[in-house]
Amino acid sequence: MNGLRWDWEYTWEILPVLGQASIITVKATLWSFLLAALLGLLFALLRLSHIRPLSLIVAGVIECIRSTPLLIQIFFLYYVGPELGLNLSAIHAGILALGVHYGCYCAEVYRAGLESIPRGQWEAAHALNLSPLITIRDVILPQAIPPVVPALGNYLVALFKETPLLSAIAVVELMQMAKILGSETFQYTEPMTLVGLFFLFFSLVSSVLIRCLERWFKTRHRGGH
Amino acid sequence: MAGSDKPLPWLTFGFAGVTVLLVLSAFTDLRPLLPELLRGLKVTVLITLGAALLAVLLGLTAAVAKLYAPRPIRWLSVLYVEVFRGTSALVQLFWLFFVLPLFGLTLSAYTVGIVALGLNIGAYGAEVIRGAILSVPRGQWEAAGALNMSRMTALRRIILPQAFPAMIPPWGNLFIELLKATALVSLITLDDLSFKAQQLNQSTLRTMEVFSLTLLFYLGLAFIITAGMRWLERRVGRSHSRRGRSL
Repeated sequence: MNGLRWDWEYTWEILPVLGQASIITVKATLWSFLLAALLGLLFALLRLSHIRPLSLIVAGVIECIRSTPLLIQIFFLYYVGPELGLNLSAIHAGILALGVHYGCYCAEVYRAGLESIPRGQWEAAHALNLSPLITIRDVILPQAIPPVVPALGNYLVALFKETPLLSAIAVVELMQMAKILGSETFQYTEPMTLVGLFFLFFSLVSSVLIRCLERWFKTRHRGGH
Repeated sequence: MAGSDKPLPWLTFGFAGVTVLLVLSAFTDLRPLLPELLRGLKVTVLITLGAALLAVLLGLTAAVAKLYAPRPIRWLSVLYVEVFRGTSALVQLFWLFFVLPLFGLTLSAYTVGIVALGLNIGAYGAEVIRGAILSVPRGQWEAAGALNMSRMTALRRIILPQAFPAMIPPWGNLFIELLKATALVSLITLDDLSFKAQQLNQSTLRTMEVFSLTLLFYLGLAFIITAGMRWLERRVGRSHSRRGRSL
């Protein structure tokens, strides 16, 4: 233990290693977010379907997943999965768990977007003899998705901040690498602080990007009318 | 967000709970698993309560500081909110657990758990409280000023009571987030519900039952929080309308 001293040499030494690990973090984030965005849309459409039992079951599943810890869900997929015939590697189990968990949050966002579409749009599409699938694809979604993109962006940041949980099932992402480095040298200060700074930097940058995106959508919408 | 459909939590909880319990108990005896899990549940509840209390206090302080304090303190509270919202809760937990001892400040895992989660949720709560305070019409401040109230008194007796109803639903969501985040303390060796689940999984190899029961316990706690916040919401709503009538 060397108390308060910050070891710059050690910092420079571990920086490339952490940089390497951060690629896994970013990859896991993007893949799970893609999954979440697609699953969320599916959940939202099922939730709003007119088949009452289906919509109630989906609503119940969303509520359950949203109110239980992601960590346990990751463990569940990773450890119970094989019993159910679902053999996943650690990284795939992690991505799936993150994707499903955030899919449930995204579903609520999509739902708000879908519900904001006036009923008249559905009726007009029906009057034009469009099939329900075409109505959703060509009429409803193009109007429902753009306004909710910023809200989805917020969940991208939230998802990114949950990726360290993957270290609990030994995926070597940023956090796991920091733990490994710390346990090798008994110097946790530098790796842990660097990981914190990395997350802070990425979150701040993406919140600025989201704000830009929001403004862009606003001006585009105003221009359109 | 979560409060849109009223009958849903009852339905969900009942449905999920009964199904899982029926399926599980049809195959195996769950009783040997319960004592350990219940011990873990107690730790989870204690940490949730402690961190919730800390989060409310911190959130209130940070919100008021961000709105009304002199510059340097305002910056400090902005820094607090941005840092704790911008980094991962797990990273904060690990940082406090591993790095603070090097500064000569050794806290028990319990304290670290409560402090880290309280700081994290408090940062989100600060924004909630700030929004609620700002939603009170400006005229209320002016009226309080005209009555020669000091700013502190006006805030305490006029503004906050009116801001309170708007805060309840988002705080409900935050408490659920907090409950879910308590699972993280198992990773800094605290023997909460998640820790006990992992331990039981390793010692009994009854993976399916252990993790299903654990999820069910968390679901139950989340349900209690939701029901409590709904009750509070109704109560505040009623006391407001009663006051309205008597005036």
